[in-house]
Amino acid sequence: MADNYIYAVARIRSLEMSLFSKSTIEQLLSEKTYEDCLRFLKDHGWGNSDNDSEDASYMLLAENKKTWDTIKEMTSDMEPFRVLTIPDEYHNLKAAIKTAVKGEIEAAIFFEGTVISGEKMVDIVRRNAYEELPESMRECAKEAYEGFVHTGDGQLCDIVIDKAALEAILDAGEKAEEELIKDYAKTYVDVANIRTTVRCAKTGKSADFMRRALVAGATFEVEKLVSAALAGVEDVIRYLSESGYTDAAESLKKSSSAFECWCDNMIIETIKPQKYNSFTIGALIAYILARLNEIKTVRIVLSGRQNGLEEAAIRERVREMYV
Amino acid sequence: MTMGTVYALLGAALAVILSGMGSAYGVGIAGQAASGVVSEDPSKFAKVLIMQLLPGTQGIYGLLVGFIALSKIGVLNGEPAQLSTSTGLLFLAACLPIAIVGLVSGRNQGKTSVSAIGIVAKKPDQFGKAMLFPAMVETYAILALLVSILAVQGVPV
Repeated sequence: MADNYIYAVARIRSLEMSLFSKSTIEQLLSEKTYEDCLRFLKDHGWGNSDNDSEDASYMLLAENKKTWDTIKEMTSDMEPFRVLTIPDEYHNLKAAIKTAVKGEIEAAIFFEGTVISGEKMVDIVRRNAYEELPESMRECAKEAYEGFVHTGDGQLCDIVIDKAALEAILDAGEKAEEELIKDYAKTYVDVANIRTTVRCAKTGKSADFMRRALVAGATFEVEKLVSAALAGVEDVIRYLSESGYTDAAESLKKSSSAFECWCDNMIIETIKPQKYNSFTIGALIAYILARLNEIKTVRIVLSGRQNGLEEAAIRERVREMYV
Repeated sequence: MTMGTVYALLGAALAVILSGMGSAYGVGIAGQAASGVVSEDPSKFAKVLIMQLLPGTQGIYGLLVGFIALSKIGVLNGEPAQLSTSTGLLFLAACLPIAIVGLVSGRNQGKTSVSAIGIVAKKPDQFGKAMLFPAMVETYAILALLVSILAVQGVPV
């Protein structure tokens, strides 16, 4: 099985040469205006040559598509990569339920490239034909839909589906043969649990709400996170320090944006050893995550420039790069 | 034809088959990696081709030992010697080092070449250093070749 990816990994090694390094992001940051940033990105081959639109969203979408197209050229079996699209699929489910209940279709809110398209999902939810959804989605879709119809509480709908998405990621990690997918799934769920705990502590959510949102099975015990969050942000910071997540605690002390940055950097730290893997699918998954991280960082810089943020404020939000 | 001659021919065949299998696997996976690099950057063709060729030597070593053995047995001139069983087994034993080491080192050298091709893909200026890693594996194939040649030559016919 390992030998199946030798061609693809070697190709990825070449493609990694064009990933943005820390110094490339520094050069982008040194561009003074939004237009200069766009020009810089075009000079580096970003966007489509047939689309000269000044809108960054088209450029970023094109880069995302290029990444997945490259992977599809290398392998016909996309199933091992599904762990990366689970959040998109569950996002589409959330959007579909809200659209179905409100009675209008807003195509722009759906992610593309999922197994079931957003429009199809709206149709499934409207007909209550949950058996047409993947098995892991059926129960949460029903629960979220009924909850949203009866209470009109969008947040309740969100936490039910977000939790199901995290459980699906954890499950995909447990079933995967590749070590990186296992590590990625565990890190993703850990980071999501920390993020939820911090937000709940800041907004004073109830223990019951937190129990519905947090996911068991990764590093943290749900009850310990709930107790820490109920006691306040300081206790969450203390608990994270004691659990070996010192960097998370330190970033929380700094600012919310530093903490968000840490959340994404944790994923990059998890995939970094793949730079030295020559044989397995791990290198391909790491490349996709590195590209997505790169696109997200560029989006942060562009929106910072567009909204006239100070360079220091943008710099604080810039993510760690893979290369 | 005696059983001894059959054993001797078996030794020559194993030297060629097993070391050839090792090289075929090694050159095959190195070729996959080389294709991956060249598909993105054709200018690296020459460098990755050399990396791909490195695991190919085991097959040549096996051929060499097999050729010498066949020559000593007299198969090449059409008059195979009537070897005793013990002499045939001596030929078989003499061929085993390059047969087994050729298979194992060919596979492992191929894997090392794949990793070295990764270095060339990212840092082409480090080609010399990258080539040393798979070349180290070659050492053991050469040692096995030497022992097999000396042993085959030393078998009294």
